[in-house]
Amino acid sequence: MNQPTQGELSLLSGDEAVALASLDAAVALGTGYPGTPSTEILETFAALGGRAQWAPNEKVAMEVAIGVAFAGARALVTMKHVGLNVAADPLFTVALTRLDGGLVIVSADDPGMASSQNEQDNRRYAVAAGVAMLEPADSQEAYDFTLRAFQLSERFQAPVLLRMTTRVCHAKTLVRRGSIQIAPPQPAHFEHDFASRVMIPAYAKPAHKRMRQTLADLAAWNQDEGPNQLVPGEKSLGIVTSGVSYQHVREAAPDASVLKLGMTYPLPIERIREFAKGVDRCMVIEEGDPYLVEQLRTAGIAVEGKPEAFRFGELNVARVRRILSGDLTPEPKPVPGKPPALCPGCPHRIAFNALHELDCIVAGDIGCYSLGVLPPFDAMDSLVCMGAAIGVGLGLRHALPIEQARRVVSVIGDSTFVHSGLTGLVEMVYNPPKGGHVVILLDNGTTAMTGLQEHPGTGRTLAHAATGKVIFEDLARALGIPNVHVVDPTPDPEAFKQLVKSALDKEELTLIIARRNCLLAAGAIRQYERCPA
Amino acid sequence: MSAMPSNKPTNVVIAGLGGQGVIKASDILADVAVAAGLDVKKSELHGMSQRGGSVSSDVRFGQRIFSPMVTAGEADFLVVVAPDQIEVNRDLLAPGGILIEPSQIDASKLSTQKSLNVALLGALSKHLPFADEAWRAALMRNLPEKLHEANFKSFSIGQGR
Repeated sequence: MNQPTQGELSLLSGDEAVALASLDAAVALGTGYPGTPSTEILETFAALGGRAQWAPNEKVAMEVAIGVAFAGARALVTMKHVGLNVAADPLFTVALTRLDGGLVIVSADDPGMASSQNEQDNRRYAVAAGVAMLEPADSQEAYDFTLRAFQLSERFQAPVLLRMTTRVCHAKTLVRRGSIQIAPPQPAHFEHDFASRVMIPAYAKPAHKRMRQTLADLAAWNQDEGPNQLVPGEKSLGIVTSGVSYQHVREAAPDASVLKLGMTYPLPIERIREFAKGVDRCMVIEEGDPYLVEQLRTAGIAVEGKPEAFRFGELNVARVRRILSGDLTPEPKPVPGKPPALCPGCPHRIAFNALHELDCIVAGDIGCYSLGVLPPFDAMDSLVCMGAAIGVGLGLRHALPIEQARRVVSVIGDSTFVHSGLTGLVEMVYNPPKGGHVVILLDNGTTAMTGLQEHPGTGRTLAHAATGKVIFEDLARALGIPNVHVVDPTPDPEAFKQLVKSALDKEELTLIIARRNCLLAAGAIRQYERCPA
Repeated sequence: MSAMPSNKPTNVVIAGLGGQGVIKASDILADVAVAAGLDVKKSELHGMSQRGGSVSSDVRFGQRIFSPMVTAGEADFLVVVAPDQIEVNRDLLAPGGILIEPSQIDASKLSTQKSLNVALLGALSKHLPFADEAWRAALMRNLPEKLHEANFKSFSIGQGR
């Protein structure tokens, strides 16, 4: 994207708008792990000249960002919704600490699962962890709320969750740069403050009380001056909404009174109560879980929610019309399009052909290669979360009768392996199944699924500059795995199949690294290797 | 060139398969509408669809746009780059909406099939109130310089010139 000048109007995705705001907030470091629909935030931030880096996974990214904020600087950390599960451990406790700098955490949720394994609603995390949450409804708000989030984080010395969804991240809408001005950050600095940052029980107990007080202060702020907007309309119907649902509501019910919430935790409860009192019928329109409905009913505000059928998938104008009119007739099913498939010539094809022909039980993982579950391969039997292939494969081996156990293979990609497969390998060495185990690491030299991002195994940074490289085979040998093979399966598919077969027959611990660059990335990788940045 | 009612959004869906330039075409269309001073929203899904599967992009413009998505049955124009994706998307068209598809283009005149997306934009342009110069400027902003001439030509072929 071209960098717009201050005051200029430009068509940006929500992700690009967050990146631009981070630039304008002079964020010291942006970190995260690639995940649709969040990936473009850090890529754009780097392209605009910001300092951005990929971490091995979201937990590490969160921890690095916490360190930046403890140093008094501004930190941005980005991830998709399931990434926040990985980063939940630091999230729940950083919420108790006192930050010196601003810490903004982007959770990019995927209602409808355009490219995810579940459609969890991360608004629940704000409540569970006790972290303030802003929800932009378009790219202008993504820009504005990112700046507001840094302001709030520094004012209340607490992390702020910027919760986005696919249609806010990826839709392009007009943004005026400079709509909000933020004070420049203070210089990075450090002072000992044991009680605020060392969460041993003696310090964490008062810290928890302090956090609850901060949330009460944030609620009061949200009540008085929060980024919430009243759209006056007819008294007969009032709608409480947030995020992209607001856009659908304005179109589906142009005459309704609307209270659009920008900060959805802690809520401006009295403001909502007043709004609900002023209308004959008060409905909540929200995507995903009945989060607002439950919060408002708990506060004693009588609101109507949506029927359960609309909990699944994204909302859109047609679905909001149905909710408002109480139409429960079956929704038209869209005509199925052409499903995605592994690219012609993709090296993963050979691996899945072999696993299919050997009739393996395959514990799979997350990436392009998840498509190995589809015909003609039918060669994946489980997919749970990043890195699960190894643990799940070991569990299958432990429990299955021997004739089935010896057919179990774990299949994991390179980026996924760095993300959270490492600990699985350690488990394999520590608690080996009786008949051994076979792990196939599909190393295509990139994070292909999310759009060809670098990772610690490529030896290049987010901006493709040379850096330290994790060598998988060295790592595996250092862990004590007795059989480590590195092969390119493409030139001789039959030899690859025989290698897998002999590894299964051997009944020892084996790691097979199937290494060949992703077809889509190969040209760029050659270029990076020729001219290191 | 037909005039648009000023207060009603114009809804365009561009559809095809991964790699056909669907997103690029929608970027160019959105850019023309922005340059005309209109409110514009554009939305598509990234991720799995990039692996050769169906891709579609919604572009909406007018005085004030709310939802970034075109509601099924409300598209004024459906531009389809892959013939086998027409039926998949036909339900998106409004009654009386206009389908723009490859059979309407004399493909033999195109210097490269890769510019079919831009030729279809040329066909679309006959129904929209944007000047040729504005389209040309948008093509230049969204394509690398070495592709400008070929795409100007494809655009004209799409316009039936």
